[in-house]
Amino acid sequence: MARAVSTRTRFAWTALAWTIAFLMFFPILWTVLTSFKTEAEAIASPPSVVAFDWTLENYGVVQERSDYMRYLWNSIIIAGGSTLLGIAVAIPAAWAMAFVPGRFTRDILMWMLSTKMLPAVGVLYPIYLICIELGVLDNRAALVVILMLINLPIIVWMLYTYFKEIPGEILEAARMDGANLRSEILYVLTPMAIPGIASTILLNFILAWNEAFWTLNLTSVDAAPLTAFIASYSSPEGLFFAKLSAASTMAIAPILILGWFSQKQLVRGLTFGAVK
Amino acid sequence: MATKASKSAARLMMAPAVTLLLGWMLVPLTMTLYFSFADYRPLRATFEPWIGFDNYVRFTSSSSFWDAVTTTLVMVGSILAITVVLGILLALLLDKPIFGQGIVRILIISPFFVMPTVSALVWKNMMMDPVNGVFSHVSRFLGATPHDFLTQTPLFSIILIVSWQWLPFATLILLTAIQSLDGEQLEAAEMDGAPPLKRFWHIILPHLARAITIVILIQTIFLLAIFAEIFVTTQGSFGTRTLTYLVFQRVLESQNVGLGSAGGIIAVILANIIALFLMRAVGKNLDA
Repeated sequence: MARAVSTRTRFAWTALAWTIAFLMFFPILWTVLTSFKTEAEAIASPPSVVAFDWTLENYGVVQERSDYMRYLWNSIIIAGGSTLLGIAVAIPAAWAMAFVPGRFTRDILMWMLSTKMLPAVGVLYPIYLICIELGVLDNRAALVVILMLINLPIIVWMLYTYFKEIPGEILEAARMDGANLRSEILYVLTPMAIPGIASTILLNFILAWNEAFWTLNLTSVDAAPLTAFIASYSSPEGLFFAKLSAASTMAIAPILILGWFSQKQLVRGLTFGAVK
Repeated sequence: MATKASKSAARLMMAPAVTLLLGWMLVPLTMTLYFSFADYRPLRATFEPWIGFDNYVRFTSSSSFWDAVTTTLVMVGSILAITVVLGILLALLLDKPIFGQGIVRILIISPFFVMPTVSALVWKNMMMDPVNGVFSHVSRFLGATPHDFLTQTPLFSIILIVSWQWLPFATLILLTAIQSLDGEQLEAAEMDGAPPLKRFWHIILPHLARAITIVILIQTIFLLAIFAEIFVTTQGSFGTRTLTYLVFQRVLESQNVGLGSAGGIIAVILANIIALFLMRAVGKNLDA
C-alpha cells in the first residue's frame, strides 16, 4: 500500500503502537529487570526501575539451589528429541501425501488433525497407567514419545503445506532424466524442502518446550523439564521474587529468541496452513 | 503421474505416522471408555468392571460439573472475545505505516512464547501480588487500595493472564490476513469517499471473516485444555475449576478413575463438537 501518509499521522500511529507494544512486553521486561535485583530491592516499595545495584547473584543461587542445568537439559532433550523423532516419522508421510496423493489423502490429513483435538485430560489416566506399568513414569524417553505424538499432526500438516508448494513438474523432469525414488528425494526434493523442514523444526521445538500438561503430570524429579521446574516455585515457601524472576528469565530466554525468528511459520503452522 | 509402484511406496511411507497416531488415539481412549463404566478407585483397591452409566450420572448430576461447565464457558468465551476484538484492533494498527514496525511486532508477539507456568507465576507474583505486584504499586501511587486479584477476582485474573498469552496469536494471524487484502479495493473505496468505519465494516471485516473463524476455533481447542495457568495460580479453587481441571482432580488427585474417566469422555465429546466446525473451516481451504 503505497499511499501518501503525512508525517504527523505516521508519528501518531508510531507512538500508539510503541505504547501498546511496551505494555504487552512489560511483564517480561519487569521479570528480567527484577532478576537482577537483590531480594530486598525486589520487594521495595516504590520499586526502582533501573536505578538499583545490578547483581547476578540470583542466577547463581537458582542454579545452586535447584540445579537449573538439569532441568534445562531435560527440556532440551524432551523438546529436541520429540521434534526430531516427529520429523523423522512425518517427512515420509508428508512427502507421500503431497506428491502421490491418493483417494484418501484428504481424509487422512483431516483425521490426523482431529487427533490433535483430543483433549489430553480425556486420556490422562490411561497414559499415566501405561507409564507406571512400563516403569517409565518420570522418564525422559517416555515424554519424548508422548510429545512427539502430540505434535505429530502439526508436523505432518506443516510439512505437507510446504511440500505442496514444490512444483510437481520438477519431479517429473527428474524422473525423465532417470532419477529413481531415492535420488529424487535426496537430490531434488530435499534441497527445496529444507527451509520448510527448518521452520517446522523450529515451531515444534517451541511448542514442545512450552508444553505444560504432560510434562507437569508425568514427571517429578528425574525427567522434569523447565515447565515443572518453574511450577515448583509456586509454593509460597519457595518464593523469592528476585530468584523466581531469574529462574523465569532463564526458562524463557532461549525460546523467546527462537520465537522471534519463527513468527511467519507460526501463523502457517498453527492454522494448519489455512492462513498463510 | 503416480505409478502403481510409487503408490504402494507412498502407502508404506505413510504407515508409521498413521499407525502411531491411530495407536495414540485408540488405545488410551478405549481404556478411558472402559474405565468410565467401572467403579475404579486404585487407592481403595476397588475395581468393579461394570457399573453401567453410574459414573456418567454421578458426574453430570454433581453441582461441581455444572459449575465447571459454566466456568469453562465464561473463561473461554471471555478470552475469545478479548483476544479477537483487541487482536483486530492491534492488527489494524500494525498494518499502519509505523516506525520500527519489526521491533513492535517482536514485542507484541513475545508473550506467546512464554511457557504457561512462567506466565502464570510472573503474573501472579510480579504483577498481581497484593503487596509487591506492579498493579498494587500503581494503585498505591494513585492513592487507591491495592486489589488482591487472585483472591478477590480469581476467574477474571486467569482470563487476563491467558488473554495476554493468546492476544499475540490472534494479532499475528489477523495481521497476516489483513496484509493479504487487496490495497486497490481499499483505495477505490477511499476515493469514493467511504469513511474509515464503513471501509472497515464493508471491506476489511468481511475479508477477515475466515481468519477470525480460524482464530476462534483454534484458540477454543487450546483454551478448553488450559491447565498450567490454573495449576500454579488457584489450583481450581474460588470458582476457577474448569472441566479439564475437574477431570484432572477426579482422576489424579482423588484417584476416582471411573468418575474422572466419565468426565474425560464428556470432555472429549464436547471438544469433538467444536473440532467438527474447525475441520470444516480448514477442509474448505484444502480444496482451494
